[in-house]
Amino acid sequence: MNITVRVWRQKNADDKGRMVTYGVENVSEHMSFLEMLDVLNEQLTLSGDDPIAFDHDCREGICGMCGVVINGIAHGPEVTTTCQLHMRSFEDGAVIDVEPWRAGAFPVVKDLVVDRSAFDRIIQAGGYISAPTGSAPDAHAVPVPKDDADHAFDAATCIGCGACVAACPNGSAMLFTSAKITHLGLLPQGQPERESRVIGMVEQHDHEGFGGCTNIGECTSACPKGIPLDTIAQLNRDLLGALAHGKA
Amino acid sequence: MTTNVSEQFHAVGEDIHDTKAPAGPIERRWDERKFSTNLVNPANRRKLSVIVVGTGLAGASAAATLGEAGYHVKSFCYQDSPRRAHSIAAQGGINAAKNYRNDGDSIYRLFYDTVKGGDFRARESNVYRLAQVSVNIIDQCVAQGVPFAREYGGLLDNRSFGGVQVSRTFYARGQTGQQLLIGAYQALERQIAAGTVEMNTRHEMLELIMIDGKARGIIVRDMVSGEIETHTADAVVLATGGYGNVFFLSTNAMGCNVTATWRAHRKGAYFANPCYTQIHPTCIPVSGDYQSKLTLMSESLRNDGRIWVPKKAGDDRAPSDIPEDERDYYLERIYPAFGNLVPRDIASRAAKYQCDAGKGVGPGGLGVYLDFADAIARLGRHEVEAKYGNLFDMYAQITGENPYEQPMRIYPAVHYTMGGLWVDYDLQSNLEGLFVAGEANFSEHGANRLGASALMQGLADGYFVLPYTIANYLADGPYEKIDDSHPEVVAARTAVEERIEKFLSINGTRTVDSFHKELGQIMWDYCGMERTEEGLIKAISMIRDLKADFWSNVKVTGVNEELNQTLERAGRVADFFELGELMCIDALNRRESCGGHFRAESQTEDGEALRHDDEFAYVSAWEFGDEQPTLRKEPLEYEYVEMKSRSYK
Amino acid sequence: MAVSGLIMVGYLILHMYGNLRAFEGPDAFDEYAHHLRTFGEPMLPHEGLLWFVRVVLLAAVLVHAYAAITLWRRNKKAAGYVGGKRYQTKQNRTGIQRSYASFTMRWGGVTIALFIVFHILNLTTNDIHPGGASDSPYLKLHHSFEHFWVLAAYTVAMLAVGFHLWHGFWSAFTTLGQNYSAKRRDSFWNSAAILVSVVITAGFLAPPFAIYFFGLGG
Repeated sequence: MNITVRVWRQKNADDKGRMVTYGVENVSEHMSFLEMLDVLNEQLTLSGDDPIAFDHDCREGICGMCGVVINGIAHGPEVTTTCQLHMRSFEDGAVIDVEPWRAGAFPVVKDLVVDRSAFDRIIQAGGYISAPTGSAPDAHAVPVPKDDADHAFDAATCIGCGACVAACPNGSAMLFTSAKITHLGLLPQGQPERESRVIGMVEQHDHEGFGGCTNIGECTSACPKGIPLDTIAQLNRDLLGALAHGKA
Repeated sequence: MTTNVSEQFHAVGEDIHDTKAPAGPIERRWDERKFSTNLVNPANRRKLSVIVVGTGLAGASAAATLGEAGYHVKSFCYQDSPRRAHSIAAQGGINAAKNYRNDGDSIYRLFYDTVKGGDFRARESNVYRLAQVSVNIIDQCVAQGVPFAREYGGLLDNRSFGGVQVSRTFYARGQTGQQLLIGAYQALERQIAAGTVEMNTRHEMLELIMIDGKARGIIVRDMVSGEIETHTADAVVLATGGYGNVFFLSTNAMGCNVTATWRAHRKGAYFANPCYTQIHPTCIPVSGDYQSKLTLMSESLRNDGRIWVPKKAGDDRAPSDIPEDERDYYLERIYPAFGNLVPRDIASRAAKYQCDAGKGVGPGGLGVYLDFADAIARLGRHEVEAKYGNLFDMYAQITGENPYEQPMRIYPAVHYTMGGLWVDYDLQSNLEGLFVAGEANFSEHGANRLGASALMQGLADGYFVLPYTIANYLADGPYEKIDDSHPEVVAARTAVEERIEKFLSINGTRTVDSFHKELGQIMWDYCGMERTEEGLIKAISMIRDLKADFWSNVKVTGVNEELNQTLERAGRVADFFELGELMCIDALNRRESCGGHFRAESQTEDGEALRHDDEFAYVSAWEFGDEQPTLRKEPLEYEYVEMKSRSYK
Repeated sequence: MAVSGLIMVGYLILHMYGNLRAFEGPDAFDEYAHHLRTFGEPMLPHEGLLWFVRVVLLAAVLVHAYAAITLWRRNKKAAGYVGGKRYQTKQNRTGIQRSYASFTMRWGGVTIALFIVFHILNLTTNDIHPGGASDSPYLKLHHSFEHFWVLAAYTVAMLAVGFHLWHGFWSAFTTLGQNYSAKRRDSFWNSAAILVSVVITAGFLAPPFAIYFFGLGG
């Protein structure tokens, strides 16, 4: 198949940026979306142009490094990561718009590459359990009900790709933040820091310049790992509880 | 096989005898070592600095633990966040000798299985320690909030994995690596917030700084601004993973590379057993020349799937049109006792032979069928879906084919590299102050790694071994402060800058990827599942030619002072050429078959791997030389486990 | 946002209940309106309850508006607009699953605010009195809704209220931590929001339509 891609090109953080159109011929339907970009980049390199910069690493949908907005949808038309999207999801002759995640807290570094370090700082603000190495009791010392462990796992599958922010009309990172709060808050090991965690992480979330959640639900629908929307309600419950205890 | 043809490619140096493991009963050695280490006063730790390169399980856990202990840690990763290191992709699980199942497991049994599984090419002392600390890892991870699978009673679930007879594998659905890495990452972020760890993301190590025989720092490139930075410290830890990407196509992440360890090797660190490569039989095959990576599917699929190829070479009928009597269920035919469940290397090699004979299926004839039709008829679709649903979905997502209706196509792929920088019992390389952890070192797996052991080793090194052994080294510090104007620093920096300039100035006609793909093809053809003397010699000469072409004909666009992914790749591929050559030389020298290294000349009458313990029971530690490498042998002695050969017929 | 919104929803339900009494005829309706003013006497002064409600409502409106404007500004910045648009593509402008209601929260809210001003001038102070001024609440109602344009304005406003509540009611409860479903459409509060918005819209539209088309009680 032959396709046309319109790609956001931006030399660096200070550049204004614009959409640039390229044709890609002989695209196999079995190619992944990123492999299609590889092929385009080989063409660009040979013609002496600057290849398109995009983040990617594991290419098996788990590292969370890749992610672009394809035709206005984070990670494109299938509910998966960009690396696991295949060209068979597009039609021959399609014109595909490719843009970086857009959020005030995710400044563009180059082309399709954005800076997501704000996520790391949200984790630094409390997204952990303080368990210094060597201090742990036996793993069977505290049983965890299976349901809690399973739900904690569902929330813990977040890969930190940022699709939730790119999809949220408000540029909110509430789903990312709430996934971590739910993961740790459901486990007995996470209880001692539960209230300080939610306060710290939400404060950092706001401080980074992410928007406020208005419960639209685009985040969950774009999430390649299907992080459930009720994690946001869980965050709010924890936050109200912590505020009621005067933890702010 | 008496003359060693490999010696035209390398020199032979003195043997290595001291690995610094304490003497005495094996179960006491680690305690002895811990007791004999020098301690560092907590108040002095702030003044001691450690560089940790890589943030996978080994790197993140080491950096977090050293930070907690109060040392000043500088951590580096090439990704945009430490959470993305490729440990995250491990699916199966993590072993620990907890014996929660009361099924006869013990530290000794885990030790025994690992030594045997490594085909008697690993050190007993190291492996025993790994088995000992395995139990602490699970405790640590649970305390951090890793959501391991649990049973209804709330206790941890275990499964049997990789053909062992006890259930000692802890898991978190199919995402154990992700959950363990997130645990280590969170511990690391906690230390970053506490100010003990200084994190540098999107930074790639390009050179090691050696001063007065000690590793004292690294030169890194800020991958966003292109700035070349110097970082010095009292000790350097490399936890930079394996080098499977020398094959271009592997299950590694796209960014995985050998540069950090190779640069250290060029500065004098021995590279051990580079030829040991684990090839996994159940990966999704290549679909075209645009293929960028391979995806692994759990080998549990072989429990119910039947592997076959058409009997007739070049048969391009649809699988459903090939009648039963024209199919060859070759594993069941050749290995009637184990059938489709033969070990990874045998299954991989058998698939290669079928494809070499022209019977391969799918694009390029590089694939064999893994058929669930019988399983679906026997168990019903529902049960097959319950057992393998997520794997079937993954296959369908990638290939666009429905594995419930037509057989899956599978092919082997490079998965893990057992070789790496040589380290002693303390995980210190032969260069003082340079420590190596995780897949980047060569230590615990011998010639073959067992399933669910990579995660165990990475975390054992980072959480429980390095913090002790580095402290022992640091107790002699702080070492003399290094200025950026030190001649060795300037030299290292200049070398990096000149190399980058060279890449950018060649302006040839071929892309970096085209070279990488060609190198990968050479490695796969001649240093892959089956190696021969003739092939390896040919490969060495092909690699040398290709390398020469690369340095005169590669095209790297753009400038250094920007995010330049082509430039990043060029540096990595340049190092892969040199590593690839060393792998071939190592494979040529090792005229036996063991674990992940199969020499066609060394097999039994039945085509099984044949070890030569009399000649090759040693670790090959390679010292870099401008002209040629030098082989140093570290003899392996087995006091506790008797050396045996295996049979699966 | 959630709390102030829910206070207003509570008020709307009471208000709707009052409106529906118009179906019982002029006397019952005027009696109800009068009773509201004398409620609690002599413990409360005349119109005491009414003023109390008015103060609470005004506070809720102000808090709601302030929060909305703050959120609006913050979110616009957070969304990372480039030259007035977030994404340059013209495809999938409506997102993956967004409800129409969620798009209209802001302008819908403004529409409702403007309507409330008109509504107070019309039926409370009676400064705007199409069809003639009156002291009888029932007659004010009747005179107004005999005019098509009043009915139309009222209908538009009530549809805006309906949409606003469809998203707002669900959202308020989620903000207060009361959603236990992975997807919005499966949530109890999403169904409850649809019910509340339909009931309130229909409840408020019933009397004016009855007046315009059937003359309701003369």
